[in-house]
Amino acid sequence: MTSNNRDLFSKFDSLIAEREALLATGVRDPFAIVMDEVKSPTQAVIKGKDTILLGTYNYMGMTFDPEVVAAGKKALDDFGAGTTGSRVLNGTYQGHKEVEEALKDFYGTSSAMVFSTGYQANLGMISTLAGKGDYVVLDADSHASIYDGCFLGDAEIVRFRHNSVEDLDKRLGRLPADALKLVVLEGVYSMLGDVAPLPDMVAAVRKHPNCMILVDEAHGMGFFGPNGRGVYEEQGVEKEVDFIVGTFSKSVGTVGGFCVSNHPKFEVLRLVCRPYVFTASLPPSVVATAATSIRKLMHAGEKRAHLWKNSQRLHKGLTDLGFKLGTETPQSAIIAVILTDQAQAVAMWQALLELGLYVNMARPPATPAGTFLLRCSLCAEHSDEQVEQIITMFEAAGKATGAIC
Amino acid sequence: MTDRQLIFDSVLSQIDPFNKKGVELTEATTFAGDLEWDSLTVMDFVAAIEDEFDIIITMNMQAEIETIGQLVDAVAKLKG
Repeated sequence: MTSNNRDLFSKFDSLIAEREALLATGVRDPFAIVMDEVKSPTQAVIKGKDTILLGTYNYMGMTFDPEVVAAGKKALDDFGAGTTGSRVLNGTYQGHKEVEEALKDFYGTSSAMVFSTGYQANLGMISTLAGKGDYVVLDADSHASIYDGCFLGDAEIVRFRHNSVEDLDKRLGRLPADALKLVVLEGVYSMLGDVAPLPDMVAAVRKHPNCMILVDEAHGMGFFGPNGRGVYEEQGVEKEVDFIVGTFSKSVGTVGGFCVSNHPKFEVLRLVCRPYVFTASLPPSVVATAATSIRKLMHAGEKRAHLWKNSQRLHKGLTDLGFKLGTETPQSAIIAVILTDQAQAVAMWQALLELGLYVNMARPPATPAGTFLLRCSLCAEHSDEQVEQIITMFEAAGKATGAIC
Repeated sequence: MTDRQLIFDSVLSQIDPFNKKGVELTEATTFAGDLEWDSLTVMDFVAAIEDEFDIIITMNMQAEIETIGQLVDAVAKLKG
């Protein structure tokens, strides 16, 4: 078959052409990076070059923590490489219960449910909680897993403008009072690194009847709040939030997802939540590393302080150089550098890589308002010296590509 | 002027700021094909229509609306 024939791949032709045109200019593919060696939470080798990692969401640097790694090795020896089964059949081991206990202790909740990925946690919670005739009300800039959770379920889906309390309030007011509603918010929005005004949003929601609130703290866990629970803890709305969804693939340093709640009927979800039931559970080594990491994150005040210092320093350094950032003030450990177009974003991304710095390149439709950006995520393990090096690299790359003067 | 005509005229005035290419607008004009709107433009436009008519057009309903005429019909129905 020739590529000229129309088939199911034809809808991707414009994307294929766009990528071919971009790569023909001689740039490296921003979506095909291979880490040949990973030396620490902040350093890897890419194509033979020592590279500082500034785009991994490894906020607390737990990936190489000796106790975390040791717990994983022991579980691998004691319980084997995988469970080969669903959580509700043969796939719940002692380790899965232990990580759920660790989550309950970390969050101070009565229930915790662990999924195989963070994506599946959102998919499962949203599609299962909101059924036919119910409403899901979500922020327009919500993560893809939240949207996909909506599309998997049978509920009516209503969007409001990003972080707009007024827009949320108005839309809730237009819905039938007796309908059941799930309002989905995020603590930190991952593209620009901005934080939600949760107290105002929660107050707006509570003006309307029959609403439950789910907050995704994927990018807030570990870093925000006295106990590292997330933005909702830092902003003091713990009692108002019904469900917290999170992930093990950021601050916790491995892979997996979860939901915690104090709802008395929460446990029934284990029987009715399809993305929980119809997939294999996490390997024993993964849940052992997650449990160890979560318990260590309860006492990570110093790491949190250093991560905050790093984020403030990088935000100020890049602002002083003349870069346009996603937020005017540092709000989280994500700092997004906004560029004018794809060509400039890729040129800048490549220049940084050649200098020995890896950041994420993000483009529409993942980004809000059609922006092209380089997204930096800091780690508590970045040294002060590394942060200064990073700023110097941004200055060199920015000048070389004309992104700054 | 009928209610439907009033809604049609109002929808056209809401489309105007998003009609960057100056496409001629009729009942049969499509948002994705003729106006070439991406998902972000659709989001902004839907929010504007919702606020103008004080209604909610759920994403489920949006999936069924392809033309201006279909949108006018949906708005008329939602306004009751």
